[in-house]
Amino acid sequence: MVSQQPNLDRRHTIAVLVDNEPGVLARVIGLFAGRGYNIESLTVSEIDAVKGYSRITIVTSGTDMVIDQIKALLDRLVPVHIVEDLTIQGPCLERELALIKVVNAGARRIEALRIADMFRARAIDSTLNSFVFELTGSPNKLNAFIELMSGLGKIEITRGGVVAMARGSGLGLQNTKT
Amino acid sequence: MTGEPNIARKPTDYFSGAEVIVKALQDQGVEVIFGYPGGAVLPLYDELFKTNNLRHILVRHEQAAVHAAEGYARSTGKIGVVLVTSGPGATNAVTGLTDALMDSIPIVCLTGQVPTHLIGTDAFQEADTTGITRACTKHNYLVKKSDELSDVMHEAFYVAANGRPGPVVVDLPKDILFADAPYFAPKDVRPCAYQPKKNGDLTKIEQAAELLAKAQRPIIYGGGGIINSGPAACKLLQEFADITGFPVTLTLMGLGAFPASNPNFLGMLGMHGTYEANLAMHNCDVMLNIGARFDDRVTGRIDAFSPHATKIHIDIDQSSINKNVVADIPIIGDAERVLTTIIDYWKKKKLSPNADSLKLWWSEINSWRSKECLKFEQDGKIIKPQFAIKRLFEKTQNKEVFISTEVGQHQMWAAQYFGFDKPNRWMTSGGLGTMGYGLPAAMGTQIAHPDALVIDIAGDASILMNMQEFSTIIQYRLPVKVFIINNQWMGMVRQWQELNHGSRYSQSYTESLPDFIQLAQSFGGTGMVAETVDDLDNVIDEMINSETFFLADIRVNKEESCFPMIPSGAAHNEMILSAEDTENSKTSAAGMALV
Repeated sequence: MVSQQPNLDRRHTIAVLVDNEPGVLARVIGLFAGRGYNIESLTVSEIDAVKGYSRITIVTSGTDMVIDQIKALLDRLVPVHIVEDLTIQGPCLERELALIKVVNAGARRIEALRIADMFRARAIDSTLNSFVFELTGSPNKLNAFIELMSGLGKIEITRGGVVAMARGSGLGLQNTKT
Repeated sequence: MTGEPNIARKPTDYFSGAEVIVKALQDQGVEVIFGYPGGAVLPLYDELFKTNNLRHILVRHEQAAVHAAEGYARSTGKIGVVLVTSGPGATNAVTGLTDALMDSIPIVCLTGQVPTHLIGTDAFQEADTTGITRACTKHNYLVKKSDELSDVMHEAFYVAANGRPGPVVVDLPKDILFADAPYFAPKDVRPCAYQPKKNGDLTKIEQAAELLAKAQRPIIYGGGGIINSGPAACKLLQEFADITGFPVTLTLMGLGAFPASNPNFLGMLGMHGTYEANLAMHNCDVMLNIGARFDDRVTGRIDAFSPHATKIHIDIDQSSINKNVVADIPIIGDAERVLTTIIDYWKKKKLSPNADSLKLWWSEINSWRSKECLKFEQDGKIIKPQFAIKRLFEKTQNKEVFISTEVGQHQMWAAQYFGFDKPNRWMTSGGLGTMGYGLPAAMGTQIAHPDALVIDIAGDASILMNMQEFSTIIQYRLPVKVFIINNQWMGMVRQWQELNHGSRYSQSYTESLPDFIQLAQSFGGTGMVAETVDDLDNVIDEMINSETFFLADIRVNKEESCFPMIPSGAAHNEMILSAEDTENSKTSAAGMALV
């Protein structure tokens, strides 16, 4: 029990070290779907080809009791090595990648470029009436950028989901695994 | 596939996949397999044909294979093993697997699969078995490479039995059964990420012991986790109750973990538990939960559940803790180890219970006991179902007796009126509530205990759900007894329709029951009917003394309902004790929606 308001939904970022084997993602997703828990974002990729480890980052929200339950359920999955709740373990970094296509013309096109510059988004594709911007940053930064762009033309968005890591010199997850 | 590759290890030798599987089963100490052959598993059946020391029991339906393995597992503490074919073999096993998952029964289920190159082509008898069983197993495997076959086999047994036990499926494509595969012995198996905690946090355990010593109105609430932990855990529970003098109540799954004849035993708790157990739960100030999971059948209305208690919860499965009820002192560990530590600490610190308040607490409990909530009058000639089970209990006391049940009223009456003094004697479907469980479970139990008296206490509706197993019972000459509490109703459905649906008996009456005795005879068994109370003792005697499959058809009072009862959506202290009480007890709107 961590927060002062145990019945309030809070957003948590959870990192999970798993064996990179078929079906492991289905198990994780099935656990959420089968119990009606919410997944805001989920990313997964292999991080150690020799040991065959993948790291999953899940952003979810729920009461303290629900979050504890999610962590316990993840932990008892057979291919799961370690579950870490980055939200309660101290400050953590969250980054996300997005590609945003903006279709517009004239002054709105120039404005889009100016804002992209401010956000340090890169134009990675252009036609005479469109840009594709590449942007990384915190989910909030991405949200702000997308909101501004949506006022400047028709847009298409794809986001990569949150990857996260604890701040500081502590080495988490696969290093705590002996 | 997992962890660091163990380069140093060498396989014993190379064999065919089917041989590797049989070797693994033997090295895991498997003696019996419950199964049913089919195209995809023929190479494995061929291997079994050549093997002498693995007994295969041919069931008549794959669901029954799993239930039989559950009965075997629950009555022995070993792992139950099932072998079925692909497609329908696997889908038929799903109910059994779900049952084993809910009741934490260790099962390894081998399923056939179409050859790897046909997977995903909608081949004949193909089903996505790992997909279908993902939600109803503790873990499952699809073996796609021969290299990992023996590792997967050994790991399946490890996962099924360690931590909170459960069913594990190993899906075996047919080509894998033929292909050459290396065999690694259990000691050379690859490392597994699954490492459940067993010991429990020492500080928390000490805190718990101190709290229990100060308790004024303590109660021990034990569940199936104690039985799964083993007979030693049950002995420790008894020892702890002895040195403290605390009252003990058990869940449906926990019956037998503490002797029913012990004066400290308050009976089962929950929806059809005793008045004294439920009121003690409601009024206690310290609750020690060992291996139970605060199931809705136990807690009743959750916001009114045991409002004054500080709760200690010991469970090997962390996700059982704080799931339904918040634990003040959560202890993740194995019941036997944690109980050992508590008792050691108790003795070392010379802790003793608060004698004066405990005495007061017991006098309060005894006043609830004096209600005699399980009392009934056997008047007239029509047999009361409670009386039938009570007589069965009394007449089997000098025997090695194992009881299985189906699901419904007869199950609750059996739990109320049949006392268990030892663990592993009571096989019932608790979590899933699977009608049709009892007969195959009795079969598996009898296989494990050939000389014991194994009785399936059944209902007339449930028994029809897996009655094809009469044929298996005859084939293996199993002296299983079936004791049907026959009221011609789906009794529990009828009872709920009476309570909550204005006695509109929608589809709960069976118009055309078979003649059960002739049915048993047609398979090669025998049986007797008890029409009136005068027949009852004789039928029970004949059944007990019979050395073969015997079916007793006990015609009971059709109107009888199962009491005491906590209506759904009500609290422990709102129990109804008899049919007359139901007049004053209206189920709440919220309660109506609950199951």
